[in-house]
Amino acid sequence: MNAVGQDMVRRDGPAKVTGTATYAYEAEVDNAAYCHLILSTIARGQVTDVDVSAALALPGVLTVLTPGNVEKLAPTDDAELAVLQDGEVAYRGQIVGAVVAETSEIARHAAELVHFTYHVDEHDSIFTTDRDDLYRPKAINPGLEPDTSIGNVGEAVRSAHLTVAETYSTPMVHHSPMEPHATTALWQDDSLVLWESTQSVHSVRTDIAGLFSLDAEAVRVICPYVGGGFGAKGSPHGNVVIAVMAARALPGRPIRLALTRQQMFAIVGYRTPTIQETTVAADRDGRFTALAMAAYGQTSRIKEFVEQTAAPTRMMYAAPNRATSHRIAALDVAVPTYMRAPGECPGMFGPEVAVDELADALGIDPIELRVRNEPEVDPETGKPFSSRNLIACLREGAERFGWADRVAGARDGDWLIGTGVAASVFPAFTLRTTANIRFDHNRYTVELGAADLGTGAWTVLTQIAADALGVPVEQVDVRIGDSAYPFASVAGGSSGTATWGSAILTAADTFRDKYGDDPADGDEAENTFIGTGFEGGPYATYAFGAQFAEVRVHADTGEIRVPRLLGVFAAGRIINPRTARSQFVGGMTMGLSMALHEHSVLDPRFGHVINHDLAEYHIASCSDATDVAAHWIEEDDPHVNRLGAKGIGEIGIVGTAAAIVNAAHHATGIRVRHLPLTLDKLLAGLP
Amino acid sequence: MQTEINLRVDGTDRQVTVDTRTTLLDALRERLANTSPKKGCDHGQCGACTVLLNGRRVLSCLVLAVTAGGKDVVTANGLAPDGELHPVQQAFLDNDAFQCGYCTPGQVCSAVGALDEFRRGWPSHHGDTELTRAEVAERMSGNLCRCGAYTNIVTAVQQAARA
Ligand code: FES
Ligand code: FES
Repeated sequence: MNAVGQDMVRRDGPAKVTGTATYAYEAEVDNAAYCHLILSTIARGQVTDVDVSAALALPGVLTVLTPGNVEKLAPTDDAELAVLQDGEVAYRGQIVGAVVAETSEIARHAAELVHFTYHVDEHDSIFTTDRDDLYRPKAINPGLEPDTSIGNVGEAVRSAHLTVAETYSTPMVHHSPMEPHATTALWQDDSLVLWESTQSVHSVRTDIAGLFSLDAEAVRVICPYVGGGFGAKGSPHGNVVIAVMAARALPGRPIRLALTRQQMFAIVGYRTPTIQETTVAADRDGRFTALAMAAYGQTSRIKEFVEQTAAPTRMMYAAPNRATSHRIAALDVAVPTYMRAPGECPGMFGPEVAVDELADALGIDPIELRVRNEPEVDPETGKPFSSRNLIACLREGAERFGWADRVAGARDGDWLIGTGVAASVFPAFTLRTTANIRFDHNRYTVELGAADLGTGAWTVLTQIAADALGVPVEQVDVRIGDSAYPFASVAGGSSGTATWGSAILTAADTFRDKYGDDPADGDEAENTFIGTGFEGGPYATYAFGAQFAEVRVHADTGEIRVPRLLGVFAAGRIINPRTARSQFVGGMTMGLSMALHEHSVLDPRFGHVINHDLAEYHIASCSDATDVAAHWIEEDDPHVNRLGAKGIGEIGIVGTAAAIVNAAHHATGIRVRHLPLTLDKLLAGLP
Repeated sequence: MQTEINLRVDGTDRQVTVDTRTTLLDALRERLANTSPKKGCDHGQCGACTVLLNGRRVLSCLVLAVTAGGKDVVTANGLAPDGELHPVQQAFLDNDAFQCGYCTPGQVCSAVGALDEFRRGWPSHHGDTELTRAEVAERMSGNLCRCGAYTNIVTAVQQAARA
């Protein structure tokens, strides 16, 4: 009896299809008050005066929070969380105030009545590679070296048969989960309860307890469901700090605070725009002699986050000469953060298009070219791969997709048709987590502070626990999403299932060692799984994949359609095929969205994202993505972790955009190197 | 300004005092504690707030509550009286047509409305006379899903149409 590998229906499914699953804003509390944020309308300067009289005069207004007029927070090195501590404004859209009122309508109205006077400083939010203040960061996310070099790239390029040296770019994009960030906060009897939409209840607890100088035990963070996160809810942002300030200002009164969709484009992070100077040099047979990427990104002047854009260039293909670097512009802009597949998602765009360009120039099939450059070991570290099945993914994908039948210049009436391929990769690692198991009335309760962002954690952890304990799933209750449970790592980095599952295996061992197979009511055991950390162990551990796209371009209008996307992945053991498929397909669909639509347009004159709603910031809709298919190959990896699972939440978005751009080139002969692939970039070159 | 309205919500008559600025969505969520419809944008751009108003799908964030007085509102929760799932809900469950679940109640109500519109012969921009995948997708394109469950949503709606 193995639950792992079964196609189990989501345990939280009935609650979700009826809308009875409760998200953070919906926590059942009595007599809630409503909080509305006020964001700065300047990009740099100081708040010199605030007039709250009109707001306070409005019936139903309970309090107004303004700079310097709130409780002093403990010192923090995270400037994003130090809200309202002074009047400094470091980017447009920074939190400068909040109103709490009896209803959401009154709170919003009153927020408009608070009058701010600013001293305006000149701001600078223009990201380019020719700025003279670009700098080399000390480290890039998640703690990697900024620059690496092996051999001599310049020399290799001079003696290469062919070199593609081009600049590619990806624009600023926003996570845009369907559930805007939200909190319900209650301060009562010297303790705080937060119903918070977060990927990590424990990191919210740690940060909030620290900022407000509270014991961790006095803070409880509850989050059974998250309406999507994609990294934006990976660590707390200023909004939750405001919710806590409001709650402490009104003890006993639950405070509800949700961001508007527009505010989502200002204060909860985004993926930096990237510029990728990419070099691929090859000999006559298509063997790479050099690979290089000089990557550029932006961060906020008040907090550094460096996207590891060139990281995949370090390990993806064999080449004796290799160089990567990261340079950063610190601007008067909001703080960027990790977004689904940081590093790999943008950083596999340039190289995977460059490889396609090289294949084209060499007259070698792009799959064959990748096969020829498969490394024996991780090229930079020399570590063996715990398993590496990129070639198997490419071959199986080619078979399923019908790659062999592709013809250049295919046409169906007014539509030009092309196909493209690109590779995917994402690292596999595990973090520290503790799980607790208790036996009572012939049932096992497994508790840990994990989160289900739609990934299926409620379900897959039940399957893992059932097998670990050797009992049917019906006998297991997994409980997650509460900081009252043992410490669990963030739902991020595609590390959740492998980490939490490993913690459950460890705790189950301890439980059985202590109590055997016939426990008594009340028997309980807890243990901690340490994990590999971001540095990993003796093996290079990565999931791989291959993505195939069919693109149709209308010969007259330039309209671009993607009728077919197909991915094949090698991601270790798949715990639940049903939820895994949704993860892969969901990532690929977001990749399609990135390829065709997503672009946060920052107006340098004002420093804000002008298309800050879902009518203007386009994401894929139902009609864009009706045939997205994911498959995987059986992969038995004894080295990656005891569960043999590699993580699947992010790899689906890696490579998709390159596959689509490559297919568009195959259809039209036009090479687009700057995302998104919109029709204006094709129109002039169409036949 | 406050005003009192009567609504029939998921089969139950409810009386509620609302601000004249209150949307139907906020009336349901913040005053009647019916949080089945979700708020994704508050601007009619995402579909998460879709409910059935007198049997037709509407974006409840674009309906002022005072204009809904005396009307019949059905949320996704109301489609499953006593926990008995509606065929659309069952199809969503069968096909894993969601992940985080935040867009889902809106998708479900929208699908119920869309299938009814199709049966009545209302045309769509796409214009197929059968519920092909493209036809279903066009009719469901007002409901965004950031988790990217569209492929499964189309399959689920087709399954529900056959039920
Ligand atoms: S909340 Fe109504 S359409 Fe988005
Ligand atoms: S299921 Fe998450 S937005 Fe649709």
